[in-house]
Amino acid sequence: MGAPSHDRTPEGVPDAAPGPVPDPVELASPAAPLPVEEEGPPTAGPLAHLVAALVVVALGVATVVASWGLGAGSAQEPDAGTWPLVLGVLVTVLGVLLVVGARRTHDAEAFTRHSTGVLLGVGTMVAFALLVGRIGFEIPGVLLCLVWMRVLGREGWRTSVVASLAVVAAFYAIFVGALSVPVPHLF
Amino acid sequence: MDSLAPVLDGFAVVAEPQNLLYCLVGVVVGMLIGVLPGLGPAATIAVLLPLTIGLEPVTAIIMLAGIFYGAQYGGTITSVLLRLPGEASSVVTVFDGYAMARQGRAGTALGIAAVGSFVGGTISIVALSFLAPVVASVALDFGPPEYTALAMLGILLVATVSGGGKVKALVAACVGLLLATVGRDGFTGAERFTFDSLSLADGLDFVPIAMGLFGLGEILHTLEQRHRGVQAPPKLKKVWPGREDLRASRGAIGRGSVVGFVLGLLPGGGAVLASMAAYALEKRRSKTPERFGKGAVEGVAGPETANNAAATSSFIPLLTLGIPANATMAVIFGALLIQGVTPGPRLVAEDPELFWGVVNSMYLGNVLLLVMSIPMVGIFVRVLRVRGTLLAPITVMVTLIGVYTVRNSVFDIGLVVAFGVLGYLMKKAGFEPGPLVLAFVLGSLLESNLRRSLLLFDGDPTGFFTRPISGVLLVAFLVVVLLPVLTAARRRLRPSDDRSGRPDVKEHV
Repeated sequence: MGAPSHDRTPEGVPDAAPGPVPDPVELASPAAPLPVEEEGPPTAGPLAHLVAALVVVALGVATVVASWGLGAGSAQEPDAGTWPLVLGVLVTVLGVLLVVGARRTHDAEAFTRHSTGVLLGVGTMVAFALLVGRIGFEIPGVLLCLVWMRVLGREGWRTSVVASLAVVAAFYAIFVGALSVPVPHLF
Repeated sequence: MDSLAPVLDGFAVVAEPQNLLYCLVGVVVGMLIGVLPGLGPAATIAVLLPLTIGLEPVTAIIMLAGIFYGAQYGGTITSVLLRLPGEASSVVTVFDGYAMARQGRAGTALGIAAVGSFVGGTISIVALSFLAPVVASVALDFGPPEYTALAMLGILLVATVSGGGKVKALVAACVGLLLATVGRDGFTGAERFTFDSLSLADGLDFVPIAMGLFGLGEILHTLEQRHRGVQAPPKLKKVWPGREDLRASRGAIGRGSVVGFVLGLLPGGGAVLASMAAYALEKRRSKTPERFGKGAVEGVAGPETANNAAATSSFIPLLTLGIPANATMAVIFGALLIQGVTPGPRLVAEDPELFWGVVNSMYLGNVLLLVMSIPMVGIFVRVLRVRGTLLAPITVMVTLIGVYTVRNSVFDIGLVVAFGVLGYLMKKAGFEPGPLVLAFVLGSLLESNLRRSLLLFDGDPTGFFTRPISGVLLVAFLVVVLLPVLTAARRRLRPSDDRSGRPDVKEHV
């Protein structure tokens, strides 16, 4: 949030961006590509598509195996594994289609050096999840905000420290003080 | 007069002070968060879901509906001022809205968008008030085969009209259906895919999935793009359209209302498709189509009217059939289930206060949207100046603490992080999270009705075609599946047929 998104929005349409105005007839097609920013993230290569497709195939095959163990049943007497089995087969078939079309696919983004920031961001969230039940949300919350503001956001030290403390104090006042939500807290 | 009684009771529900207050809160919060590029209506509602847990069901849904159309308008503001759509249905507003802003007419563009949103929304609500009870009464005759066919068609249409590749969208939908199978099987009691975890025995909760995929996934993805910087929004002069602009937009607003209402009803339709179709329609009808993209006020009025009309009418399939038409409705569907309300044909008859309270709150919400949008534009511009580096950790904290408050579960915090990572990876790999979430909420309905139907038909799947409604729906399903395959095959055989390579608007609208 906050910084502009130049990517696909949750409902699946790429954000508009500078550039020539597209033809409305193309726009009317939900499948038609909207203009993509020139400076957008680089497109992933065929290998990345192949890996993604193989992950889908693996998921499908694993589902088929696990569903079989649950009891495949039949159309007359569906069992616990019948429906997941159908889905597993479907995922496998769709995965194979993705493998076949991997060389012609261009809708994925490559990982760049900026992706390492995402790893650090996820790390702070995992640490928060591991610590919150043991020592409450205050210290993990301050640390999370500090990393996001100072390291990932490149804010100054003073802004980062003051804003992190203020954010956690505000959360404390709202969730613990005003709403009495039983969120784990230290104080 | 008796038939009017529940409608009037609905107005009494809306007039209750806490409902008025939460409607206002919803609209304002929706507008404010909608202004922030990155989080669309589905993500906004998903992140704020925990706020509704302690509320009465009708109050909660009134607030969420307010957030929905508030965020819809909020997205327009960044489209016009920064050329960055806050959400997908504001994408086309960029073309003429930003051009108007560059000509010093940003205020006019925002004013027309507010007026269009109000008119489109209001016309759609009136139509919804008349149509929804009729659809619900027809749907009362639906049995397991009809629900099976309807859910299948809904998921397929959402998957096929969402962005990105169709195969990838179908994979996402299948994964959503698979996630819905986690937990105890409702028929046999067997545990499925729980990995002996007690926390998974009751199945996956909708809230961490929606908050993770839409909220955290979006934030992580935006984090990667942040180095590109933000431009400062232009100064606003006049925030109300003149008589000339209103006259020029009249037709576009009228047509946008109709286009939006109709497309909002369709599974897979909704605000995104409606805004695009309305833009295409306006440019086609215009005697001076060359003005479009250079600041034509109709290019803002049409799509902005249509997306609000569609946002409202997409409540019809949700409230009357229990089938969400798009990803945002899927999140609201989840919110209803959390409140113990099962949307469907019986809702109108069995819980008229909730049904009419929610529907009638939209009249008020639309008025609030119009009234608040003009004076608050200055605040929105100031919000846009707040740095994302400060806002992002706040949103992360809201998500992590918010998801805990729903079930007081640390496990859910881990789950929301996991789905956040999945959402990020899906976006990187070109998979849309929308079909996954929609399929997840419809998963148990689809499986249980499919199994009941198979028992009913003694395992013979042709039984679906012997019943008129399920038969028609399944034929439609097959047409949606087979038509692109046949069209592609025909093009391959006769390449000269493909003169322009452009899809025809009529094929999709």
